[in-house]
Amino acid sequence: MTASTVPPIDQNAPTITTRVKEGDLGGSTNLFLGVGAIATIVGIALAMFDGTGGGYFAYLVAYMFTLSIALGALFFVLVQHITRAGWSVVVRRLAENMTTVFPVLAILFLPIAIGGPESLYHHWWHVAPAGSPAYDEIVAHKAGYLNPTFFYVRAAFYFAVWIGLSRYFRNASVAQDQNGDPAITMRLARRAAPGLLLFAITTTFAAFDWIMSIDPHWFSTMFGVTYFAGSVMAFYAVLALVCMWLRGKGYLGDIVNTEHYHDIGKLMFAFMVFWTYVNFSQYMLIYYANLPEETHWYQYRSHNGWDYVGPILIFGHFLAPFAFLLSRHVKRNRPMLAFGAVFLLVMHWIDMQYLIMPVHQQDTASATGLEFGFDHIASFVGLLFLFLGWTLRTTSSTPLVPERDPRLRESLKFHNI
Amino acid sequence: MSASKTFGVVAEFDSAAAIYKAAKATTAEGYTRVDAHTPFPVHGIDDALRHGPSHLGWLVVCGGIAGILLAQGMQWWTNAVDYEFWVSGKTPYAWPATIPITFELMVLLASLVAVFGMFVLNRLPRFHHPIFKHSSIHRVTDDRFFLSIEAKDPKFDAHGTKAFLEGLGAANVEVLEDD
Repeated sequence: MTASTVPPIDQNAPTITTRVKEGDLGGSTNLFLGVGAIATIVGIALAMFDGTGGGYFAYLVAYMFTLSIALGALFFVLVQHITRAGWSVVVRRLAENMTTVFPVLAILFLPIAIGGPESLYHHWWHVAPAGSPAYDEIVAHKAGYLNPTFFYVRAAFYFAVWIGLSRYFRNASVAQDQNGDPAITMRLARRAAPGLLLFAITTTFAAFDWIMSIDPHWFSTMFGVTYFAGSVMAFYAVLALVCMWLRGKGYLGDIVNTEHYHDIGKLMFAFMVFWTYVNFSQYMLIYYANLPEETHWYQYRSHNGWDYVGPILIFGHFLAPFAFLLSRHVKRNRPMLAFGAVFLLVMHWIDMQYLIMPVHQQDTASATGLEFGFDHIASFVGLLFLFLGWTLRTTSSTPLVPERDPRLRESLKFHNI
Repeated sequence: MSASKTFGVVAEFDSAAAIYKAAKATTAEGYTRVDAHTPFPVHGIDDALRHGPSHLGWLVVCGGIAGILLAQGMQWWTNAVDYEFWVSGKTPYAWPATIPITFELMVLLASLVAVFGMFVLNRLPRFHHPIFKHSSIHRVTDDRFFLSIEAKDPKFDAHGTKAFLEGLGAANVEVLEDD
């Protein structure tokens, strides 16, 4: 060991517990994975045997919800590296663990890619020949982008980028646990810049491809950003809850303190406001320009059982949590922060429904508004539990914090001024 | 007591760690009108001084709400009441169109209140402060840390407090007059 390496954990930060005891979280992990797998299979089965295709829409809602948490985690890791952040080192490993779910998410994308298109993307999956009654000139002109082959190529590219980035950054961080080499930290800071660029492009176009294209006449260049903003907010909510859950299991209590929760709360609040900002920007431009090809998206969502969901999002995704989470005392109080996080996750799920479900109801002329059917519950519980179970699995396999990160001690002593 | 009032005792320390320890010892001794004057923010000094949270946040919230009300009232009155004005088919008072101005005015008034409220709470601007009489206070912007205990403190006693601060290892402990 040369003098320039970070010392092992027993010298770097001797007072903290950084390892999960062998098999300690195994029961919870297996429970999450077991329930998640069964519920996911039920969700997929319901989608396959539901003649209306509604099950695939329910699966897509749950999928985009779960994917958003993993994307938020990847964004968090990249941003901590590019900004050379000190405060966040103690929670960065948890975010890295969440990003290990991408290979699982790639497999869970198969129902959407294989069974889903006839229900989800049927408006553009087959292009009707010119002159036939089903011919849609707008969709025909978009066929250069919206066609099955390119759709698959893009999806493969997105997952390649997400899996590649998440593995690269997590493996380097885990390698540093062994060798304590500070050069790894410097290298990751540099690599995070192109990483963020790739992240921005793939996330934006994934939102276009998988959500926006279910209504191929409608388009909004802001759409990818609105999905991203909600994603990062949902990630911070999950991060706070996972920290608290592990604290209840006897871990991280000596590591993640009020100061860190305060910062997680601040960032969750910030991205909640950012979600509002970009969603309003999108609404405002469409409302003011008043072009029929753009307004029909909001027009449908202002009636047909969705008329009360928009106000729910304005109050529940912005005004109420804004007033609640603005307070420093709330963000520094764990039960209150937990309440805010759960509340915002529910709102994020309603947001996903608001983006996706109206299209199905429009297609099948079944206006009902928010749906709480068995297919929604099965897919939601299944995918979220698989996500959590997989995250716990990787949490048990490596130290809870980057043990020999040069900024670990700074993070442990972090204090808000 | 002499004709001129005593402001308090000011002591000089040579490191952030020293003033942090001194602040803890001072508040533990029961002093309440204690303040630290440092070249840079010292972590944890607020807790050591037992200063409560600032009240500025409440003023800022009031400023923000005032901005919202002013913007909404102004746009509603001018567009829908005083001179009804139809723009591109929108109703005279259409709430989505009012949001940008409401947001901007909220931010404007909240930040103005944040700045000027801070001035008011700190009783600024002022031409002079008794602490400037301290012989080495000019180093507060450079490399020295100062702890002040005001005479308003119920526990204050010029000789006893001076001796107490000297006992904490302070240099240049001076009793300052307020005139």
